[in-house]
Amino acid sequence: MSVALILGLLLGAGGVQNAIPFVPNLRLGTHALETPFREPEETVVSVVKLEKRSSQTGAFPSGVWEQGSPGSIHSVLAQKPTPPLLSRLWRVLSLRDYNTRVVLLGTTMLGITAGIVGTFMLLRKRALVGDVVGHSALPGIAIAFLVMEGLSPGTGKWLPGLLAGAFAFGLAGAVSVMLIDKYSRIKADAAMAMTLSVFYGLGAALFTIVQKVPGGNAAGLKTYLNGKTASLIADDVWLFVGVAAVVLTLTMLLMKELTILCFDDQFAAAEGWPVFWLDTLLIGLVVTVTIIGMQSVGLILVVATLIIPPASARFWTDDIRRMTLGAGLVGGMSSFFGTIISALFPRMAAGAVIVLTGAFLFALSLLFGTKRGVVIHWWQQRKLRQDVGRVDLLRASFELIEYAVSDPTPTSEEMVAHEIPLGDLISMRAWDAASLRRLIGTAVRDDLMRPTSGDVWRLTESGAEEARRIARNHRLWEMYLMQYAHIAPSHVDRDADLIEHVLDPELIAELEHQLDHMEDNVPVSSHATSGSSSD
Amino acid sequence: MQRVGARPTDDVCQTKSIMIHEFFQLLSGWSSLDTAIAGSAALTAMSCALPGAWLVLRKHSMMGDALSHSALPGVVMAFLFAVSMKQAGWISEAQKDAFLQVFLFVGAVVVGVGTAWLTEWVQRLGRLDSGASLGVVFTAVFALGLLLIRLDVDDVHIDVDCVLFGIIETAALQTVPGTSIPEPVLVNGAIFLINLLLMVLFYKELKLAAFDPGLATSLGIPARGIHYGLMAVTAMTVVAAFTTVGSILVIGLLIIPAATALMLSERLKVVLALSVGVAALSAVLGHVLTLTLPRMIFSRLGYPTIEDAGTAGMMSVTAGMLFLAALFLSPRHGVISKLIHRLRLGQKIAGDDILGLLFRFEEQTAIRPTDITVPDLVAKQNGISPWLMSLSVRRLLRGDYVSRQTTGELILTERGRESAKSLVRAHRLWEAYMAKHFELPDDHLHETAHRVEHFIDDDIQNRLQTELESPEMDPHGKSIPEKTEP
Repeated sequence: MSVALILGLLLGAGGVQNAIPFVPNLRLGTHALETPFREPEETVVSVVKLEKRSSQTGAFPSGVWEQGSPGSIHSVLAQKPTPPLLSRLWRVLSLRDYNTRVVLLGTTMLGITAGIVGTFMLLRKRALVGDVVGHSALPGIAIAFLVMEGLSPGTGKWLPGLLAGAFAFGLAGAVSVMLIDKYSRIKADAAMAMTLSVFYGLGAALFTIVQKVPGGNAAGLKTYLNGKTASLIADDVWLFVGVAAVVLTLTMLLMKELTILCFDDQFAAAEGWPVFWLDTLLIGLVVTVTIIGMQSVGLILVVATLIIPPASARFWTDDIRRMTLGAGLVGGMSSFFGTIISALFPRMAAGAVIVLTGAFLFALSLLFGTKRGVVIHWWQQRKLRQDVGRVDLLRASFELIEYAVSDPTPTSEEMVAHEIPLGDLISMRAWDAASLRRLIGTAVRDDLMRPTSGDVWRLTESGAEEARRIARNHRLWEMYLMQYAHIAPSHVDRDADLIEHVLDPELIAELEHQLDHMEDNVPVSSHATSGSSSD
Repeated sequence: MQRVGARPTDDVCQTKSIMIHEFFQLLSGWSSLDTAIAGSAALTAMSCALPGAWLVLRKHSMMGDALSHSALPGVVMAFLFAVSMKQAGWISEAQKDAFLQVFLFVGAVVVGVGTAWLTEWVQRLGRLDSGASLGVVFTAVFALGLLLIRLDVDDVHIDVDCVLFGIIETAALQTVPGTSIPEPVLVNGAIFLINLLLMVLFYKELKLAAFDPGLATSLGIPARGIHYGLMAVTAMTVVAAFTTVGSILVIGLLIIPAATALMLSERLKVVLALSVGVAALSAVLGHVLTLTLPRMIFSRLGYPTIEDAGTAGMMSVTAGMLFLAALFLSPRHGVISKLIHRLRLGQKIAGDDILGLLFRFEEQTAIRPTDITVPDLVAKQNGISPWLMSLSVRRLLRGDYVSRQTTGELILTERGRESAKSLVRAHRLWEAYMAKHFELPDDHLHETAHRVEHFIDDDIQNRLQTELESPEMDPHGKSIPEKTEP
């Protein structure tokens, strides 16, 4: 219980309100996290006094709203004497407990569904809408309760009604973000932050009122808000299964439409797709998943499962279908393993563990993803740098030899025989001795150059061939630029320098054709080469 | 008859005066405690509004959300640290509270800057959209905080009473020793002053970094340093505000006043001053409404037990209402003023079109159709709604541009003819200009000229005429009317 109290406090306990009898406390009251609701008569120590006050003045269990409390599997296990880890693992994995089965199935189902819906939101650059929706739903629950209670007392906690209220306000929150973004000079980020806090504030104010309505402070509504303190039950799982089925069917049917919406909504609009309705449908799916998931596993988990799985899947593929599947997979996996870990150890809230498992999978994907992962990106960059370096080195060597040999195009024999000292090479480009030595080292390993003595090298046969080819490509491109792009001779070198690394053989053939044959020779440079100008 | 008709008005008046009376009656219970609460709330809101304004300007609003969530592990760790220091015997029980306060701020700043850094890192390294990387980072950090609470706090056997009341004692009821100033007033007031001072000191840097980071960097201002500095200040402010308003509503205090101010002004200094003002107003008004509105509403709905709602929630709602008011009523950027502007423009254009058409019919009397009135014809040609069209006709009649004949037909007055002549002249000059300088086919000239004729004033007409060497005919062979002498 102490944990619950501290949690309430840390999550922003209403210090002011707490000390004052008649101002209700909005923030405290997470005592409902694990303990049943306490009646005001109970007074023991000062801690309980605090609790009493908060219950009198209408506590609003915001902490629970934020975190949810799905992780009660261990509470089932904890009631028995704790067996050793291995047998606990076996017990969890074999799904012997009904409770474990239900929770595992429920969270995994939710993870998969949220991952799939989240994919489209991520691609639509609206990843944080789930956050807004979850917070905006709060007043909906209070108003639904007040309305139902007002119509006929005692019916205030009818679940579908409360869900409908939450859905309506969640949707209203998302729509107000879109409207503010569209019709005012306030940007979407500020619109989200505003909507989130205004709706949540309204909810907080209304909940202090609900507490004072006769019947409002009984356990039912609180249990609902707390996210099923005991744990998920079979009915919830059926609800999840139903939602998952609807979401999956809709996504599969509307895959093409949603894809086009995510990548080019203006094109979609121009093609005559009902962009507004597709957008609303997508938001509707997000709201559904958020509302359904929130009351069972807590808001922050739902927000995380809407964002983390798709963001992870993005590192592995460029294909939206695969990304959707991947997001479902990551969502399911993080929920599954998170739930198992939290079941194995006491005091591990499943919601938090699931989020952290997801974050771990995200970190793995960020590093090792095969499409956009950090490692592969770094590797590709390195390879590109090496290729560029090799090309630069060989062309510099060619130009040195060309300058030294009187004949405008040196023969292979002349090229192989010529000695290239380091000092000459350094003056060819803006590179330093260390990086040049590294490049030459790589070239030597690739059998393009060979050392003669000290800091002097020669080209090998294959190196000479390669150098000739590279110089030729460079000059062809320069000539092309001068002839067709009307670029001044003094400017073509840098342009060609950038492009020469990516000229492929087909393009070279095309250039040759354009420039009317060119034997296999290297054309004379159209401007002073750096070899001749450097001294 | 008359009495029956008058009664509802009386009722409304009566209800109104009762409600106003009730409002002030409820407020008459205002005590010094209320003043303390409203003052604390106002200072909290004001301290949040300053960094919040920069968050909005830099389009980092959701960073406020992330920071207030990710402060959790910082707070937990500060808490653990203070407790373990006490257990180790380094500090006394009495010192612990003071240390805890310091640790809370340090922890929040460390975690806040860490979150901002991690977000940027994930965004850059993973090439993700900023919202997504923010979402990944802050949910994970928050989850870590939750886990920390559950794993560690229990083991440390914290003296719950002390910790709880160590923080709660800093509420509005608790005054600073020796004075009657409530502690939140002191704490949040101090934060407000610090924020104000920092902003005055770094105003130029903040401005440059927000509007042109590239220029800032080239001038030697560390734009990234400014970013992280702002994050640290925001994190500190948020933690100080937690004790009065809680973590979610802090986001509102950060963002809403600034957004409201942005609807009202374009000048940065005015925006900053306005956001502080709006923040204070929404805090005080929020508390006033807390005391009055719920009871006034719910006593009518049959719940006499409802006395008030939470001040924090109402503050946020009030700020939201103020934003909505600004959204609709702002003189320049408001929805209503934009609508009025568009309506006026539409009216002017429709009126111009009527005048132009009447003038053309006068040029060639034969082709004036008899089966359709001129306004209807214009409406049909340009897709203008009949409602707007009748407004325009009324405006023309009132301005004595046209007069209505007994047959109902409109004819130009002398004044209208002058105005129409200028329009047609603008239209044809533009056509001639387009024909001369752009390679457009003749049948494409009319459309653009028709659109632009409303905006070509005398000055441009003269310049066009000089440019075209005083042409007599437009490309379609129609004469360009002479300039009317004033």
